[in-house]
Amino acid sequence: MTFSPELEARFEKMIGLYPPGRQKGALIPMLLYAQDETGRITDELIEEVSKRLSVNKVEVEEVLGYYTMLHREPRGRHHLQICTNVSCMLVGGEELWHHACHKLGIGNKQTTADGQFSLEEVECIGACSWAPAMIDNYDFHLRVTPESFDALIESLRQKQ
Amino acid sequence: MSEIVTFTLNGQEIKAPKGDLLIEVAKRAGIEIPAFCYYEGFSLQAACRMCLVEVEKMPKLQPGCTLPVGEGMVVHTESPKVVESRKSMLEFLLTNHPLDCPVCDKGGECELQDMTFRYGAGESRFTEIKYHENEKQWSPAVYYDPARCILCYRCVRVCDEGLGVGALGLTYRGVHAEITPSHGDHLQCDECGWCIDVCPVGALTSGTYRYKSRPWEMDHVGTICTHCSNGCKTTLSVRNGEIIRANNRDRSGINGEFLCVKGRFGFDFVHHPERLQSPLIRRDGQLVEASWKEALETVAAKFAEVRARGGKFGVIGSNRTTNEENYFLQKFARQGLGTASIDHHRTGDVPTLLDALSGKTGALATIGDLYTAKAALVIGSDLAQQHPLIAYQLRANFRHHQMPLYTVTRGPVREDQYSKRALRAEPGAEMEAVETLREDLAKHESLTIVFGDSVKGDALRRLVAFGDSLGTKVQYLCLVDYSNSRGAMDMGLLPELGPGYHAAESAGMNLDQMLDDASLDALWVVGANPLERRGLASEAAFVVVQELFLTETAQRADVVFPAASAYEKSGTVTNTCGEVQRLKAGPRIMGTKPDLEIMGLLAKEMGLNLGIWTNDKVFEEIRRTVRGYNVALPVVATGGAAPTMPVNGRVLAPASAELIRSDGDTLFTSGSLGRYSKMLSSVMEAPGRLYEEKPAK
Repeated sequence: MTFSPELEARFEKMIGLYPPGRQKGALIPMLLYAQDETGRITDELIEEVSKRLSVNKVEVEEVLGYYTMLHREPRGRHHLQICTNVSCMLVGGEELWHHACHKLGIGNKQTTADGQFSLEEVECIGACSWAPAMIDNYDFHLRVTPESFDALIESLRQKQ
Repeated sequence: MSEIVTFTLNGQEIKAPKGDLLIEVAKRAGIEIPAFCYYEGFSLQAACRMCLVEVEKMPKLQPGCTLPVGEGMVVHTESPKVVESRKSMLEFLLTNHPLDCPVCDKGGECELQDMTFRYGAGESRFTEIKYHENEKQWSPAVYYDPARCILCYRCVRVCDEGLGVGALGLTYRGVHAEITPSHGDHLQCDECGWCIDVCPVGALTSGTYRYKSRPWEMDHVGTICTHCSNGCKTTLSVRNGEIIRANNRDRSGINGEFLCVKGRFGFDFVHHPERLQSPLIRRDGQLVEASWKEALETVAAKFAEVRARGGKFGVIGSNRTTNEENYFLQKFARQGLGTASIDHHRTGDVPTLLDALSGKTGALATIGDLYTAKAALVIGSDLAQQHPLIAYQLRANFRHHQMPLYTVTRGPVREDQYSKRALRAEPGAEMEAVETLREDLAKHESLTIVFGDSVKGDALRRLVAFGDSLGTKVQYLCLVDYSNSRGAMDMGLLPELGPGYHAAESAGMNLDQMLDDASLDALWVVGANPLERRGLASEAAFVVVQELFLTETAQRADVVFPAASAYEKSGTVTNTCGEVQRLKAGPRIMGTKPDLEIMGLLAKEMGLNLGIWTNDKVFEEIRRTVRGYNVALPVVATGGAAPTMPVNGRVLAPASAELIRSDGDTLFTSGSLGRYSKMLSSVMEAPGRLYEEKPAK
């Protein structure tokens, strides 16, 4: 399996950062970046990563099962993560979550039929000061209201 | 010697080497610190929190499994605080654990059950519905019930560290966490089943034993595995005359707890429906059932007739029958039938090795030596496939002592994972590659050389000369195939050599010559299947076979005697290292007789006086007359492994090195016997391939 030249270069640099024999440490970042490129963690990708880092395939599986940000199923182009943890919940996180579900017509860990959006209810994302907060792929959106959420969706739709 | 520290354990003053783990020191002092995740010999996990103890001046309870003892420590292992913590731990472990003990395989020998009995609460504060996941089948041998699992990681560690397979992992989080197999929904591994044995609860269960019996309903018989030549002790659990489980949890025997798929699951051939249970006589071209009396009379009469007219006999012995049987067979052939044509399927060149080592002492390695060896060289064998215990011992040595290992094989082997240098060489051409290791090997304090069937005759002499020239202490281990291949040679099942490698008075035909001799009058095959790979030239030969099954050879027989397998008889066998161990009879299969009894009855029928044919008497004679076999009787009698004294003197090694060839069995084959094991043939890895190991871990 080959990746884009940029990603290959990134992997090479990354693996070199770990002391000899500890390349295993690059497992999580490698999976994350590869996932960004391939859209999801495929069997082929697991095979490739385990080969490159000399780890058992089952060790890769262990990491996949543990971290929710690594996923085997394809997600929407925009993966929206909405926090409903205490700080956000107190100022409307729950309402925002229900509004989002209603607006997009999907539930937790589901994807819209056009493949544009997927939703996930998450625990604290470290943006309590600007609650309620949410993430679109890697971009944070702060102090989100149902109205600003609708506007965000519109603008994301427009962009395509 | 490391520094000795003095500390107080439950009010008792204890001295122990500094740095030893508290849990081990306490065990030596007779104090049990309960633990689920701690497992002697494997990496520390500190996952279960059962071993928490109170140490004065330490603010919190400390895990005894990772706590090294120190000077002046004051430890309490049964204080109210500790007992209360254990009770809480158990309450947590039981939160989602189903209370199906009455039907669980482990019920009665479950560590969680025992601990709950001792420390647990009678009731739980958790009233929520238990989180449940259904049971999964991972392979014909291994089943996993996530609900019962307490996540102690024992299985993960024995698989990864002990065997180097690493087929198990732990995935998901919190209440959903569970053990996961290597290939999504199924296992691809050695199928050794050790994970099942070490499981403290009933989460891992075995395909052969699950839901068949209660642990206390079985009789346990410690005997020696009949498959490969490593000589593992396997404890057969027998219920109503049927073997339903095999393991070695009491760690008796040279293998400790280790067993491969053959030792743990390969016993099922015993109860195969095609087992012969009556003598067969050929009538009008068909083999039909006959009485023992008739069969014995027929054979005795024929043997007497051939002997009387000076006809040609051929006698082929077994790699799996006991020393007593092999000894008696060669005595029968040489003295009773007056023939020197006796042989067996040779799988390693032990006679040449003994001859080349003539005059040296302590030059043969035992299974135990492999764990303490300072360095090792493996030539021409895929150990993980062919000799699992030897592979395990070397790996354990590397794990615990970082022993340097070198491999010279024709393809990748699992040992490459941790070997210092791994070289490839075609069979027969290994010595050139070995020469290139000279500098590396000479550096080590001592060296153990393990070699397969391709190193024989002159190549073997060259190897020993190479070892001599290193200037370091060298031990050798000549690998052979089956449970008593070594014993067959030691007992003189060779045309040129009698028991103890004494030159025979006259040399007869070897195995291939017998089969190729068109004028052979009688062929007697005990527990072997030579016709599987070579035809019998003599059409007129009267063939007598003692077998478990109607093999290719038995199908050609004129008379077939139904023999008992190694698991159904007593006696001794000698493993590939030359260590003598005792077999103990487990079940009896109706209609069969041990080979020694069959031979004895035949001798009686023929009016021969070959001595008393009970195991004890024949073994006594072996100890008295066979060089090297004057082994310590108490060791053998108590189920230990007694090393034979290597023959120290020249051996007239047979020149016919081409007759030596290993069957090349994998983990999942075992000569013609393996074909009758359902478990060995049903796992998806079967039949397995040699030299296929992926180089990366």
